[in-house]
Amino acid sequence: MADLVNLTINGRAIQAPAGTLVIDAAKKAGIEIPAFCYYEGYSLQAACRMCLVEVEKMPKLQAACTLPVGEGMVVRTESAPVVKTRKSMLEFLLANHPLDCPVCDKGGECELQDMSFRYGVGESRFTEMKHHVDEKQWSPVVFYDGPRCILCYRCVRVCNEGMGVGALGIINRGEQSLITPNAEDHLDCDECGMCIDICPVGALTSGTYRYRTRPWEMKHVGSICAFCSDGCKTTLGVRGHEIIRGNNRDRSGINGEFLCMKGRYAFDFIEHPARLTSPLMKVNGKFEEVSWSKALEAAAKKFAEVKSRGGKFGIAGSTKTTNEENFYLQKFAREGLGTNNIDHHRSGDVVALVDALDGRADALAAMADVYTMTASLVIGSDLAQEHPLIAFQLRANNRHHHGNTYAVTKGPVREDKYAAASVRCEEGKELEAVEGLREQLSKEKELLVVFGDAIKGEAVGKLVAFGDSLGIPVKYICLVDYSNSRGAMDMGLLPDLGPGYVPVDNPGMTLPEMMAARDLDVLWVVGANPLARHELGSSGAFVVAQEMFLTETAKRADIVLPASAAYEKSGTVTNVTGECQKLHAAGRTMGTKPDLEILGLIAKGMGLNLGIWSSSNVFEEIRKSVRGYNIPLPIIATGQAAQTNPLSGRVRVTPRPDLIQSAGNTLFTSGSLGRYSKKLTSVLEHPGQLYRP
Amino acid sequence: MTFSPELEAKLEKLMNSYPPGRKKSALIPMLMFTQDEVGSITPELVEEVARRIGIPTVQVDEVVTYYSMLHRKPMGKHHVQVCTNISCLLWDGDELYEHACKKLGIGHKEVTADGEFSLEEVECMGACSWAPAIQVNYDFHHHVTKEKLDEIIDSLKKLR
Ligand code: SF4
Ligand code: SF4
Ligand code: SF4
Ligand code: FES
Ligand code: FES
Repeated sequence: MADLVNLTINGRAIQAPAGTLVIDAAKKAGIEIPAFCYYEGYSLQAACRMCLVEVEKMPKLQAACTLPVGEGMVVRTESAPVVKTRKSMLEFLLANHPLDCPVCDKGGECELQDMSFRYGVGESRFTEMKHHVDEKQWSPVVFYDGPRCILCYRCVRVCNEGMGVGALGIINRGEQSLITPNAEDHLDCDECGMCIDICPVGALTSGTYRYRTRPWEMKHVGSICAFCSDGCKTTLGVRGHEIIRGNNRDRSGINGEFLCMKGRYAFDFIEHPARLTSPLMKVNGKFEEVSWSKALEAAAKKFAEVKSRGGKFGIAGSTKTTNEENFYLQKFAREGLGTNNIDHHRSGDVVALVDALDGRADALAAMADVYTMTASLVIGSDLAQEHPLIAFQLRANNRHHHGNTYAVTKGPVREDKYAAASVRCEEGKELEAVEGLREQLSKEKELLVVFGDAIKGEAVGKLVAFGDSLGIPVKYICLVDYSNSRGAMDMGLLPDLGPGYVPVDNPGMTLPEMMAARDLDVLWVVGANPLARHELGSSGAFVVAQEMFLTETAKRADIVLPASAAYEKSGTVTNVTGECQKLHAAGRTMGTKPDLEILGLIAKGMGLNLGIWSSSNVFEEIRKSVRGYNIPLPIIATGQAAQTNPLSGRVRVTPRPDLIQSAGNTLFTSGSLGRYSKKLTSVLEHPGQLYRP
Repeated sequence: MTFSPELEAKLEKLMNSYPPGRKKSALIPMLMFTQDEVGSITPELVEEVARRIGIPTVQVDEVVTYYSMLHRKPMGKHHVQVCTNISCLLWDGDELYEHACKKLGIGHKEVTADGEFSLEEVECMGACSWAPAIQVNYDFHHHVTKEKLDEIIDSLKKLR
């Protein structure tokens, strides 16, 4: 630990490690020094001069945000000169500011408002005309209102350092200064909205939220992003039953304040006009809207009839439904219908990893490890596109701890910019490329290995053997695609493994086998779209689909049951690093039901006793019976991430690398679901050509 | 974009004169040298400089729009810069600037029809001790009077 330095702030004796900035030392001691441009985690700017303090023996006021503590330093943060200067600084900041708080999006949440309220003079000596420039739209999500900007550079730094994009800059100088986008009049960027989120004022506003509400009219619901498997916590701003904002300003959760475009803006899929809001049944080849009771009864009757004559079921589960729904579905299949013909679309070989790690503790990484481990090896994934949070944390690790990153990928990736080594290799040659890094890697203190679907089947075992041979502690992340891809496997949506990777006696059919089977009687699809990739071999199969939209699969169905979205239900999901987190219902779409309720009602219709279908009940069952899920309830209940650990010895099943394929989503796509977010598709519809006048 | 062999050599020397990881320091001199050859900072030049230094183009734009010595439109062959900041002002730098306007028939950041001369009213150039001062391209002229300014311009006119 660094040496402790003694100093005095406002007459209080304080100790802080050498190198600490005065502003942080004060904060630690409960003394607030106002600041705009200073932002933890990003480079120092010293642009706003709000943090000026008086330091004895120094001739001028000092910026506390760039001044390290010194032995014997005597600091005053509320003396007369400081208070007076602060007032002047605010007067300057407001010289050209339009003061349109009554209509500004940020009103009520604005740092400039708060500071003016607390430290300002309330009047101005400036009588000159204010310098005005018109508001500009830079992308479907980013708008810039220049006059409100206080030039704190936060947006520029978060884009440059946090995102690794560098799409924003400041042009001109003095009062003519403005933030500018990278592609002349528009942005060519990740559209993550991090710049909007970090802006202390209403200069950057979002196309989703702007001018739609006042912040105090919303209630804030913390839930988990419905898209990729990284599992970001998102705070949804809800008015009535409508979600109008997504952010994570309270920095709770594994993602801090990070969200990518999907988590921040793509929740609009829930209100897409194509959303199904009534059960449908096919009558003479055409869909008819029917009541829930009629549709559920028909499904239950069909299932009971096929079951009683020993017919063949095929069940496809989802990578986006909750753990409770997945667990209940497999229980329904195995106990209720007596079949192991259950599977889901697999995007990473978690099974092979669990097998290869053979029960050893601590070999599966948590999201926090991405930020703290001293070295990481990324194999076969473009993280900035496919796993935005992991990519963000790796960059932060590099900035804050100088963590070394090694990238072994097919094409260029964002990590190249700071990687200790980047290796390009053909698909299938990854292990050889990794072998080539052996010397460098074995010199590291520890290693985090993050691998995509390029490493599957036997290759996973070889990769773990390679990790073992380095003689350093190694942890792994097996990348999977969607918000609960990991949970689907953990809960046993697999024909050969039950919950907790326990092999079953009579393995059932895999998803491609079900689809190809000519004699399938019932295909039951819960929140998946297998017909987008496979033909249905059995022309006579009765298809029941639980879906939000009329996907390829739902179109072929005989009964379609409209399902609630992840943002409309409770339950838990497990992210790519095995962290289990709780969903909280934020919105509601009339006419839909959560999948768990649908499953329960069909079971009831069939007279099956599979237990009460409330998510808390099923979660209790999971905690008691699924290996690795005996997690502390308070962690889950308080909205934090609880680490699960499914490792316990070998998993003796036949490897099926052929079944594993990642969708290779980009920042603006997310399988079938992404197509129904207008925000996501609007970026794709105008690539590089956004909003020219 | 490629430049003349002389400029390329100069740029190479420039890029090697900073410690590792400090390539960005080459940005301002690189912009000035290349502006001299290209005539102005064109969008293509911005891209080229960004590429060579390894930064996003928007970071080059930040510098180009900040410094008045970097021009996005071509200036004259002889770029006359007259200081009207405080020291020069006390020595009638403002009148000197007015005189230059009349003499050349152009105003601030304008170019003569033949492309020979351009004029710019600039802030302090650090030549206060010898005020009033003017700068033509990279050459300084000190204690400049109206007559001396005429002489300088006339001698440059003869050069062609
Ligand atoms: S939306 Fe994200 S990537 Fe785009 S400019 Fe803002 S911070 Fe940068
Ligand atoms: S747009 Fe916002 S974050 Fe960016 S410099 Fe202006 S005030 Fe700061
Ligand atoms: S990184 Fe993944 S989990 Fe996080 S906001 Fe983006 S899509 Fe959602
Ligand atoms: S916070 Fe210190 S100068 Fe802005
Ligand atoms: S004021 Fe003219 S050179 Fe300094």
